[in-house]
Amino acid sequence: MRYVIIGNSVAACGCIEAIRKVDLQNPIVVISDEKYRVYSRPLISYYLGGKVDENKMYIRDEDYYEKNKVEAILGKRAVSVDFKNKEVVLDDGSKVKYDKLLIATGGKPFVPPTKGFELKNVFTFIKFDDVKAIDVAIKNGAKKATVIGAGLSGLKAAEALIKRGLEVTVVELANRILGSILDLEASKIVQDELEKHGIVFKLETSVDEIIGDGKVEKVKLKNGEVLDTDIVVFAIGVVPNIDFLKGTELKINRGIVVDDHMRTNIEDVYAAGDCAEGYDCVYQQQRVIPIWPNAYNQGETAGYNMAGVEKTFDRGFPMNSIGFFDVHMITAGIVMPNSDDIEVLVKHDKEKNSYRKIYIKNGSVLGFMFINSIDRAGMITNMIKEDLNVESIKHRLLDDDFGYLDLPKELRQEKILGGAKA
Amino acid sequence: MAKKIFPKEEVCVGCHLCEVYCVYAHSKYKKPTVKAHELVKLYNKYKDSKPTPRILVEEKSGEWTTFALQCRHCDDAPCTKACITGAMKKLEDGRVICDEEKCVGCWSCIMACPHGAVRRGENKKAASKCDLCLELGEPACVKNCPNEALVIKEV
Repeated sequence: MRYVIIGNSVAACGCIEAIRKVDLQNPIVVISDEKYRVYSRPLISYYLGGKVDENKMYIRDEDYYEKNKVEAILGKRAVSVDFKNKEVVLDDGSKVKYDKLLIATGGKPFVPPTKGFELKNVFTFIKFDDVKAIDVAIKNGAKKATVIGAGLSGLKAAEALIKRGLEVTVVELANRILGSILDLEASKIVQDELEKHGIVFKLETSVDEIIGDGKVEKVKLKNGEVLDTDIVVFAIGVVPNIDFLKGTELKINRGIVVDDHMRTNIEDVYAAGDCAEGYDCVYQQQRVIPIWPNAYNQGETAGYNMAGVEKTFDRGFPMNSIGFFDVHMITAGIVMPNSDDIEVLVKHDKEKNSYRKIYIKNGSVLGFMFINSIDRAGMITNMIKEDLNVESIKHRLLDDDFGYLDLPKELRQEKILGGAKA
Repeated sequence: MAKKIFPKEEVCVGCHLCEVYCVYAHSKYKKPTVKAHELVKLYNKYKDSKPTPRILVEEKSGEWTTFALQCRHCDDAPCTKACITGAMKKLEDGRVICDEEKCVGCWSCIMACPHGAVRRGENKKAASKCDLCLELGEPACVKNCPNEALVIKEV
């Protein structure tokens, strides 16, 4: 038995850790086109901003591969998979045989066709090498930056660049920032904070053309404005990194289609993380959920099943915890529902600059957004996961001090004691 | 087998002493019993914000029930799976610990903890959570609870 994983991020970790809980013997091979051992992609903005050094980028100890008997093939790209002969083909022509395969290639940056994208100092914002290159540009004197995209990664990029002393303009097509996780009111709270720190926003427009002679000098926007800039960072979003598998018999919709065991349509082939399309229990449909905990859970589920222990995972849904300067927010589930039968609970404390909004449908929490009042938010996340009926406690869900005391005694004790007796 | 601390809400009097002992046990004194002068010194150190205990006393106005909750050291530990830095770890002995040096304060653990048992530590820089007082051998909150409302058991 030989386990092979294409990809080397958190879904791979989940897979390795699950396999090693039940199979200490059989070899695991990890293939990655990046030369680094497993590091955290969300931390690249922290690296750029100077908050973490290279050493802290790595999410597992240095002896992780050795301890887990993993052969890591780093710096080589998987270019195709021969599903019939069970082989992964690498860019140097070599082949890696597998008995069980996990595809965990994650996402790649989405960049719309843009004139001037090939110019020097135009970057994307996903990989460690991206921020290392931006770091070099800053050290070479870049003073002005334009970030395309006001989503989670675009704003983390903007925050890091401001911390490095650059002038930063963020360009966003939508009418608000963080449109995928916040409503208009919440988005305004965060935008105010970012503007206070000097970030300039150009909303409801996008980049038309990047102008420069070899190196970027200006960005022309669709609204006609022209901005002087030394660097451009594209952070519009990610799409599944699965081009090398298109045209094969592997079933792909937006991502690689997986069932609740993370099995694909091909025997012994599994997929997990940002490249996979699994079940979203809040939206109740197959979706790509490109978030970190989902990737770990899917990778872990795949690992157990690859090692012959049947486990299912069908409780995935979007959730995000992120902060900019001193504003922190946690959101989960559906945050912008468009249906009439949804009850909306909302509390905006202007004095504390906090905002809590919860959506309830048929007695269950459908989603929430909490800004600057995030303590114990996991209790609500868990209510979504467990589809708990909150009818009797919903008047308390918006309060900062919501807790176990708000639950019926039996339920509270079951949750705290987990069946044991104190 | 992992050890866990269980609260007994029937006998908890809500005195918050567990919080005091918790702060003390995780300070530079690292001792299970408090000396008053040390305690004064310790609390004097915190000028702008109160120290964060790794235990949370739940109380609600208009109710008599109180109890002290801390990390359940879950078998499945969702915080470790949500952690983007690798700071939150499940150890072989069943404990879940946070490497506060590694933590960047993204609060994914707070998003993921079903019990709401992870707290933002001093100055909201890093996650702060119960580590079962590994250096003391016995959790300070359990040892010092005046009414034996906290018990540690292997489960």
